Amino acid sequence: MIALAASIAALVALAAVPLFLTDYGLGLMIGMAGYVTLASAWALFSGQTRYISLATVAFYGIGAYTVAVLNETIAYPLVLACAGLVGAGLALVVGLSTLRLSGIYFVIFTFGLAELVRQLITWYEVNVTGTLGRYIFLDITAREIYWQLLALGTFTIGLTAWILRHRLGLALKVIGDDETVAAHAGIDLARTKLIAFTLSATIITLCGAISSPRWTYVEPIIVFNPNVSFLAVIMALLGGANRLWGPAAGAVPLFLLFEWLSVNFPDTYPIILGLMFIAVVFLLPDGVLGGLARLRQRGKAAA
Amino acid sequence: MSILEIHEATRIFGGLTAVNKVSFAMEAGEILGLLGPNGSGKTTLLNLLSGALAPSAGRIVIGRRDMTGRKPNIIARQGVARTFQLVRILPSLTLEENVIVSAVFGRNRHDKEAARRIARAALRDAGLEGMETCSAGDLTYLDQKRLELARALAAEPDILLMDEWLAGLNPTELHEAVALVRALSGRGMTIIMVEHIMEAVRALCPRSIVMNAGTLIADGPTANVLNDRHVVAAYLGEADDA
Ligand SMILES: Nc1ncnc2c1ncn2[C@@H]1O[C@H](COP(=O)(O)OP(=O)(O)OP(=O)(O)O)[C@@H](O)[C@H]1O
Ligand SMILES: [Mg+2]
Repeated sequence: MIALAASIAALVALAAVPLFLTDYGLGLMIGMAGYVTLASAWALFSGQTRYISLATVAFYGIGAYTVAVLNETIAYPLVLACAGLVGAGLALVVGLSTLRLSGIYFVIFTFGLAELVRQLITWYEVNVTGTLGRYIFLDITAREIYWQLLALGTFTIGLTAWILRHRLGLALKVIGDDETVAAHAGIDLARTKLIAFTLSATIITLCGAISSPRWTYVEPIIVFNPNVSFLAVIMALLGGANRLWGPAAGAVPLFLLFEWLSVNFPDTYPIILGLMFIAVVFLLPDGVLGGLARLRQRGKAAA
Repeated sequence: MSILEIHEATRIFGGLTAVNKVSFAMEAGEILGLLGPNGSGKTTLLNLLSGALAPSAGRIVIGRRDMTGRKPNIIARQGVARTFQLVRILPSLTLEENVIVSAVFGRNRHDKEAARRIARAALRDAGLEGMETCSAGDLTYLDQKRLELARALAAEPDILLMDEWLAGLNPTELHEAVALVRALSGRGMTIIMVEHIMEAVRALCPRSIVMNAGTLIADGPTANVLNDRHVVAAYLGEADDA
């Protein structure tokens, strides 16, 4: 009860923040809200099942591209609905064809998927429509983008909380620990993974769609930037990908850190990103929150 | 009426026929010893029964339903549960969660409350009472084995497959474990035990079957089977190799 009241108060405060910020500050808040959403949505599937997906930017970029294609033809809410449907449809196809892959094969496939989607769109734009870049003319303010991302992020964390308390969450956790045991206990592996993957990918697509008006001008190379996929993984893993608040806890500081790095060390930034990816995957598989929980437990045991 | 019928079940790995045209049937409530030297195909046969592997040929009928080549989750819903030779637990979950899984997703799809009740009873049966909230990753090897059995029991199976579940127990523990298996059998469960501990097989299994190099070489009352010329030769052959 107190937790709920505190959450609502925090949410109201977060919603009110843009009223007091400069444009630069608001830009940072948008970035943070976006990455909290991306990392949490990524963790909804990958954090529980431990299938590391690098397809985040494939869906994110598709969301942005859907807006770029449709923004002048239909109303904004419909554009978002279309983006969600396209993302969900692609997630179903990709899920059906890849969720049998295990371990590193899944990682590589999802990474390739983002490249494939980018190349396909580039090819299509160059050869069929003859326009590589597109403009997004939408009457949406930065504040509105922030509020939408805040709502989507809240929805994502709320949905994760709900899932973790229900059968689906238990099934995902068991799959993450041991698929053979999961199947022998009666869990339908394909169905469970497909549902979670599709939910996660649809949210990621919507996140891309909502964020896209910030760009004004989009091009495949801009919206399908693989750094987005790596960032989502690092943030979620650093915070603790199988914990409700882990991805958010990782996303906020890391977004600020990377923002600072990309401004001050634009050349070494990709190297730092790569090193962090490796460090987090190897050193902190449970994330900082997981490590803290272990320490607490040890403290209790010692006491 | 047979609860389990296996017709010429075969499994080939590359050029190796690990299970070769094995046929047998079991009546409900029977407890069967599945014996044979190392590498003779016992675990592979259990894998065919539980759906972990699909047979290359042959037919598997469980409770009158043809389950040949079905996925493990479907076969589990048909009332089959198992333990694994190389113990498999869910290390990041608590003991209770480990066991609740098969009550929640198994044949009876229990809701949370009922599943918790069943899980606690199963943990008690397996000798893990009072450890519900421990993390499974911290268990000793022996307790991991108990946990696996509890998980199998919480599925409320008709047929229980145990792959060397008694291996590694000391004499006192073995005595307790034998009593536990006997009690399960007394509840009407049909049990297949892969086992190398002959003392336990003699005590528990009125009937045994023996595999050698993938083929079924004996099927009958345990005492007769253990004295069978071919069976003795198979085990001696293994001793020669060693
Ligand atoms: N997945 C697999 N791929 C290839 N070969 C396999 C596979 N599983 C088992 N085998 C082979 O099949 C044969 C039978 O193995 P299996 O594990 O069924 O024997 P077992 O009777 O259970 O032996 P043990 O008493 O040592 O447990 C062995 O030669 C083994 O190497
Ligand atoms: Mg074996």
